[in-house]
Amino acid sequence: MSETTGETGMRAWLLSASPQSVTQARCQRAYLGWLAFRTNPIAMTGLIIVVVLVLAAIFAPLITSGDGLTPALENRLQPASATNWFGTDQLGRDIYDRIVWGSRITLYIVALVSIIVVPIGLIIGTVAGYMGGWVDNVLMRLTDIFLAFPRLILALALVAALGPGLENAVLAIALTTWSPYARIARAEVLTIRKSEFIMAAEAQGASTVRILRKHVVPLCLASVIVRLTLDMAGIILTAAGLGFLGLGAQPPTPEWGAMIATGRPFLLDQWWVPTVPGIAIFVVSLGFCLLGDGLRDVLDPKSAGP
Amino acid sequence: MTTTAARRDTFALPRWIWTIGNTVLTLVLTFVGLTAVTFAIGRVMPADPVLAIIGDRASNEVYERVYLEMGLDRPIYEQYFRYLGELLSGDLGMSIMTARPVLTDIAIFFPATLELATIATLIGVFIGIPMGVLAAVNQGRWIDHVVRVFGLIGYSVPVFWLGMVGLLIFYGNLGWVGGPGRIEPYYDGIVDTVTGIILIDAAMADEWDVFWDAVSHLILPSAILGSFALAYIARMTRSFMLDQLSQEYVLTARVKGASELAVIWKHAFRNVLVQLITIIGLTYASLLEGSVLTETVFSWPGIGQYITTSLFNADMNAVLGGTIVVGACFIGINMLSDMLYKLVDPRARA
Amino acid sequence: MSALLTVEDLSVTFQTPRGPVHAVRGVSFELGRERLGIVGESGSGKSQTGRALLRLSANNAKVSAKRMEFDGADLLAISERQMRDIRGARISMIMQDPRYSLNPVITVGEQITEAYLIHASASRVEARDHALEMLRTVQIREPEKVFDLYPHQVSGGMGQRVMIAMMLIPEPDIIIADEPTSALDVTVQLQVLALLDDMVRERGMGLILISHDLNLVASFCDRVLVMYGGRVVEVLEAGQLASARHPYTRGLLNCLPELDRPQDVLPVLDRDPAWLD
Repeated sequence: MSETTGETGMRAWLLSASPQSVTQARCQRAYLGWLAFRTNPIAMTGLIIVVVLVLAAIFAPLITSGDGLTPALENRLQPASATNWFGTDQLGRDIYDRIVWGSRITLYIVALVSIIVVPIGLIIGTVAGYMGGWVDNVLMRLTDIFLAFPRLILALALVAALGPGLENAVLAIALTTWSPYARIARAEVLTIRKSEFIMAAEAQGASTVRILRKHVVPLCLASVIVRLTLDMAGIILTAAGLGFLGLGAQPPTPEWGAMIATGRPFLLDQWWVPTVPGIAIFVVSLGFCLLGDGLRDVLDPKSAGP
Repeated sequence: MTTTAARRDTFALPRWIWTIGNTVLTLVLTFVGLTAVTFAIGRVMPADPVLAIIGDRASNEVYERVYLEMGLDRPIYEQYFRYLGELLSGDLGMSIMTARPVLTDIAIFFPATLELATIATLIGVFIGIPMGVLAAVNQGRWIDHVVRVFGLIGYSVPVFWLGMVGLLIFYGNLGWVGGPGRIEPYYDGIVDTVTGIILIDAAMADEWDVFWDAVSHLILPSAILGSFALAYIARMTRSFMLDQLSQEYVLTARVKGASELAVIWKHAFRNVLVQLITIIGLTYASLLEGSVLTETVFSWPGIGQYITTSLFNADMNAVLGGTIVVGACFIGINMLSDMLYKLVDPRARA
Repeated sequence: MSALLTVEDLSVTFQTPRGPVHAVRGVSFELGRERLGIVGESGSGKSQTGRALLRLSANNAKVSAKRMEFDGADLLAISERQMRDIRGARISMIMQDPRYSLNPVITVGEQITEAYLIHASASRVEARDHALEMLRTVQIREPEKVFDLYPHQVSGGMGQRVMIAMMLIPEPDIIIADEPTSALDVTVQLQVLALLDDMVRERGMGLILISHDLNLVASFCDRVLVMYGGRVVEVLEAGQLASARHPYTRGLLNCLPELDRPQDVLPVLDRDPAWLD
């Protein structure tokens, strides 16, 4: 192939058959994964969508003309134009600006759910798998119970008790989302617990916590990341749904679900007001879906099924 | 193998008793877990559970009375056991909004949800399974890509938004389907409520105008709710089918000279169906609770709308009662499909 | 003896992301109503040869041959429909492991009955009687009971008998047995093989026995093809193993321990890339 001729220093280092250091080996793995990922157009579409979302969130102040919150009533319900790309809403705010600012909220939800769900799932799953016996039994029963909970309804009830708001919505989602991660982590632990490198670490006198943290957790991470990306669409949709019901982020926050709810009365005559945020939600969850599909093929080929 | 078999022998009980016993235990534990959470939401989390129920305009005497009635002066575990006892005797408290027992309300609202979720699941099953099989059989060809993309779209689209847009197009612009609600208001009260499921009630009363009107109202929300089921079922069917088609018994069937149709439907699909039972159960359960958003958009008088409306009226008993009933159905259906799976799969039966 | 099956210059190539893989390269042989053994290590292309004869190679395989004829029919040219009439009825195949090759959710009896009904116009009752008879023939003691069992409920040896019954019930002319006993316990291996041998002899079928075990194949077959790297490196009459000349065949023979001639160190197979040219 043509690659043999263009073998530059960096490439050679990344593809060398005998890596000299752990870092090099890791970089090689990532590089090979990336090579496989790159050839998958569906996965690349997903990655591009997610990257655009992140960039929009970071550079929101630079690419918008306002904060998306200040009403301009003289300019209300304008259709799309050169100045207002997606038109304006019932208070004359530019919908494009609001969508861009809203990407921050979406990312905030994504990040918040992740940092709650992943550690809880990992800790419960690895401890259960590693300790075995009654600890395993109790923790897995608990996981099963949470697995069997109705997510949206419970989120509704929780928000009812805690009061509407973005953080409470996220908390409610997280509470009903962590259990599959515990299952994944436990399954991974069970397969590697008996492997020789763990015994070697034990023989060297490494403590349980150290073994879990240094050896077991990193190995679960691939499947957890894949699952998390695939779950993200559902999480974003649930958050938007709570927003739509008025239980998530409160107006005037430009949360996309809430934007649909406030724009709903204008559907008939100014269709763009509730439609644009709907498309934004759709595109972003589709992006995470596609990315997750691609990541699974690269990182976790053995679970390529469901 | 031999050691586990020997251990079972010492207990001298057939395996199915263990299986059922284990399922029942899980069921009970899960239900206890669910009630613990609703208890926590209702009695522990609110700053003042009494105010959460009677509202902040009640007089001091009412407050005192409710405080004692709720047993809030007792220790927390005692309160929980009392709560559990009330639940098991069917007492979910009174709704402030409707001034009826919550259980009565639920009996009124639940059939509408059941109807919606059932039709949506049927749409998912009868369209999603053939789609998934078709995609797997034609792996890598255009039809496979269409099904995959369709599946991903069904996964990613917000149903409440889709419902709104669908209502605008198919009801507002084209007039093909009925509008919000279960039937046109002028049909209200023609049919006596027997099962609460209008399609059945109307058919039993021989009121076919009402029946068809109900169908025209049901079709859009159930199609939209069903699109998620369809996407999920098609996707799972495809991946199960791909897995089965690569098994060696499929080759055996081909060696016998079986036609491609027989290979797919008689051999591979029978194995897929066994796995799909769990998936269909899961879908049905999640549609029962996931119909909340669809119900809101379509003004569908179901349990989801009941819960959300109660929520905005600070009617905590109604919210938690609805949560428990939906949760119990959710748990029950999942367990049932799990048991059904064990009954259908000859390997799990033994 | 007139040839039932003629194969000339058969090649099977797999298209993989890492480039083409040549599994079978230019294999030729003829088969009458006799017993032919194909021997080789895993990856030598022996199983792929068997599958190519039934046109059941994987989707990414390309099969080509100068000639591949069965009883006057060009196996590469006939339609898929005509091919289905040949599969099972005229050429059949017994697979390695009954745990995987029997459908787990269909009863043993129904699977045998199906094999019969695909090619015969008979009522279900007749087919059932026939299947029970066949189960008796493969020495299963309580055929009525076994008939209603699921594959996971029968032992490996019994599963393979079921497999034999299923593949022989339409009375094919040629049966391909792909490692029919290597998944079984050593104690039942010979029983199953002897049963297969008896039935093939009685019915005057042609047999292609695919195996990695040269001595086993030699004791059951009239002729042995030795394959290496997708090629036939040597053809031997069964009685003349000792006169094998090819170094690979000699290597296969020498690496077996013998009771009457103990060796301290078993030789390792030499492989010469030149054999592939």
